[in-house]
Amino acid sequence: MSQTAPQYALATRLVQLGVGRDAQTGAISFPIYPSATYRHPGVGESTGYDYTRSGNPTRQLLEEGLALLEGGSRGLAFASGMAALTTLFLHFASGDHIILSEDLYGGTYRLADQIFAKLGLSATYVDTSQTEAVAAAITPQTRALLIETPGNPLLGVADIAALAALCRSHNLLFIVDNTFLTPILQRPLALGADVVVHSATKYLGGHNDLCSGVLVAKDAALGERLYFLQNATGAILPPQDCWLLVRSLKTLSLRMERHCANALIVARWLKNHPRVTAVYYPGLEDHPGHELSKRQSSGFGGMLSFRVGSPELARQVLKKLRLISFAESLGGVESLMTLPAVQTHADIPKAERERLGICESLLRFSVGIEQVEDLLADLDQALS
Amino acid sequence: MSKKTYRPATLLVHQGRDRDPATGAANIPVYLASTYHHPGGKSGDHDYVRSGNPSRDQVEEAIALLEGGVRGFAYASGMAAIGSALSLLKSGDHLIAPEDLYGGSWRYLSQVLPQLGISATFVDQTDLAAIAAAIRPETTAIFIETPSNPLFKIVDLRGVAALAKERGLLTFLDNTFMTPLLQRPLDLGIDVAIHSATKFLGGHSDLLAGLVTTADPALAKRLKFFQNAFGAVLSPFDSFLLARGIKTLKLRLDAAQTSAGLLATRLRSHPAVARVYYPGLPDFPGRTLHFSQASGAGAVLSFELKEQSKIAPLLQQVQLPIIAPSLGGVETILTHCWSMSHAAIPAETKLSLGIRETLLRISVGIEDPEDIWEDLVAGLG
Repeated sequence: MSQTAPQYALATRLVQLGVGRDAQTGAISFPIYPSATYRHPGVGESTGYDYTRSGNPTRQLLEEGLALLEGGSRGLAFASGMAALTTLFLHFASGDHIILSEDLYGGTYRLADQIFAKLGLSATYVDTSQTEAVAAAITPQTRALLIETPGNPLLGVADIAALAALCRSHNLLFIVDNTFLTPILQRPLALGADVVVHSATKYLGGHNDLCSGVLVAKDAALGERLYFLQNATGAILPPQDCWLLVRSLKTLSLRMERHCANALIVARWLKNHPRVTAVYYPGLEDHPGHELSKRQSSGFGGMLSFRVGSPELARQVLKKLRLISFAESLGGVESLMTLPAVQTHADIPKAERERLGICESLLRFSVGIEQVEDLLADLDQALS
Repeated sequence: MSKKTYRPATLLVHQGRDRDPATGAANIPVYLASTYHHPGGKSGDHDYVRSGNPSRDQVEEAIALLEGGVRGFAYASGMAAIGSALSLLKSGDHLIAPEDLYGGSWRYLSQVLPQLGISATFVDQTDLAAIAAAIRPETTAIFIETPSNPLFKIVDLRGVAALAKERGLLTFLDNTFMTPLLQRPLDLGIDVAIHSATKFLGGHSDLLAGLVTTADPALAKRLKFFQNAFGAVLSPFDSFLLARGIKTLKLRLDAAQTSAGLLATRLRSHPAVARVYYPGLPDFPGRTLHFSQASGAGAVLSFELKEQSKIAPLLQQVQLPIIAPSLGGVETILTHCWSMSHAAIPAETKLSLGIRETLLRISVGIEDPEDIWEDLVAGLG
């Protein structure tokens, strides 16, 4: 039986990715193939590889692993999360309309609002934690729904199965950005989504040392169409980074377990801190999406946001942090904190940000896998 | 490095940055970090790898210096570079492109952009009047390859640039075959130069990369915005490898070009060969025009066999060349254009352009040319 057969648990299959796949040597770690091109045995004959943009053995290993991880028929790896989304958006045509979560990454907003809008693709942003609000936004031109759940940075939770049913009845492509939870904690394709998107720079990569994006399609025909666009537009992930990402997937399960455990402790601690006015984390019992999260995910993830009394205090916290880095991005083993209004969500117009509650007193915390007491001590001194 | 202007061979080795400011190391270290700490809450030169990375900065600055641009941009592949450069166009725009262009570019222009409302007309760009006649009220740009791929048609860059300026159109040139060492399109009035850096600039068939540069600061600003927003960026490791490849570009290209000239001359008098396409041949139709805008004939040539039945045995027999698409590596690469580089173009279109099943393209490497010649002769039977 192959080491990646479905009889094994996901964590086992991830660890076994690529093991012994190189039949010639039996190498435990699959090699990096940097070759741009491949020698053909003759005209009309191919080894299965001809040009690295079209296919590369290292990328193929990764892409098969990603498909297995999300339970899809095809995985595709890209040079960044935004490159994955750009490629996916090229699936649509001028005149089409899409619906997006209003609580989403600023870069996705920028892509839809400032680039694809110019190419004739219109977008409506709705609170996707309200299924009725999504239904009300559907027009005859609507082709797709793209959600982030939990949302970024306010961690609102959308009902994936209910939205999947809605999309099915309106013939919409249902896309879920699963960056925050990863398939270890949430498997959107099993809940009815058609495509999963990841910024693999985050938890899948997990070490803040590579930039990568992923698409996984549930059905083979859509997978083939997305492969056509990947090959035609060329925003592929290079072999070295494919190899690093395979290496990262082997520890994904362990890392996610620790991220979740640390985040819950930090969230509870912050909630009791006198200078913190609100904490947004689906793992807290009073979070509006708590029950729904328990139903559709097997963990609450490592991301949380919290509000302090004033923008000045938020800036003070960022300045005083010693262990936790003030930096964009998330999902790495190292803890990172950011000020979404100024950094990750700066491309969303100010009025819209304020309506959503993304003000300059809101901090987003990507809780790392350090010893949690050290994180609490750093937060304590920074808040004081 | 000081601001003094160096000659190409020096510039290639030292590029814009030739040492690490922190340690003095002779190479810029490969920073794999995806994100950067903001000390005291203040952002430094870098904040997130998609927006910028020291290795990518190095290679982006290098292409700008080499082409005479104000700013360079590095992407995950040549197609990602073309797609990102063409993001300067919007829905409703129309583009004029050459008939015989790289199959991947043809696919992008004819199958991806139309869906976004951007249409293209393919014309014989050796004829300036044909370009002018294809301009419509909604035309906003002209996309050029010269020499064209794989038939080496030569387009008058100054002529197209003047026409475009007069009609307010943007010009894009895929300069992959020539590299900035042999042809500097921005000096001739072209707005945007594009490279598949997988080819000569990288030069070792071990990375995929695309580069773009422009001399217009306003265009550069928009290209930067699209690069960051689309995110099809070149990874730090491949940026390092590309910068490393660029250091030997002059040595590699000089040697390969000399060998290409030799092979072109010999192939032309070989009994199995019907025709050779190479601007370095004395009676090549576009030769005068080519040498008025480029300083060399390059290291790629195409040739047609008299009999189609000889193609398969040749490709089976040859030992040295890699039989594959792609070009520009230190290794000689032999391509059957029909089934490899131009496979994406429908058969009838290829035939109408003169890309026949008997056509082969050879990207001459830096092996000893006598070894390549002996190998080809044995294969030609």
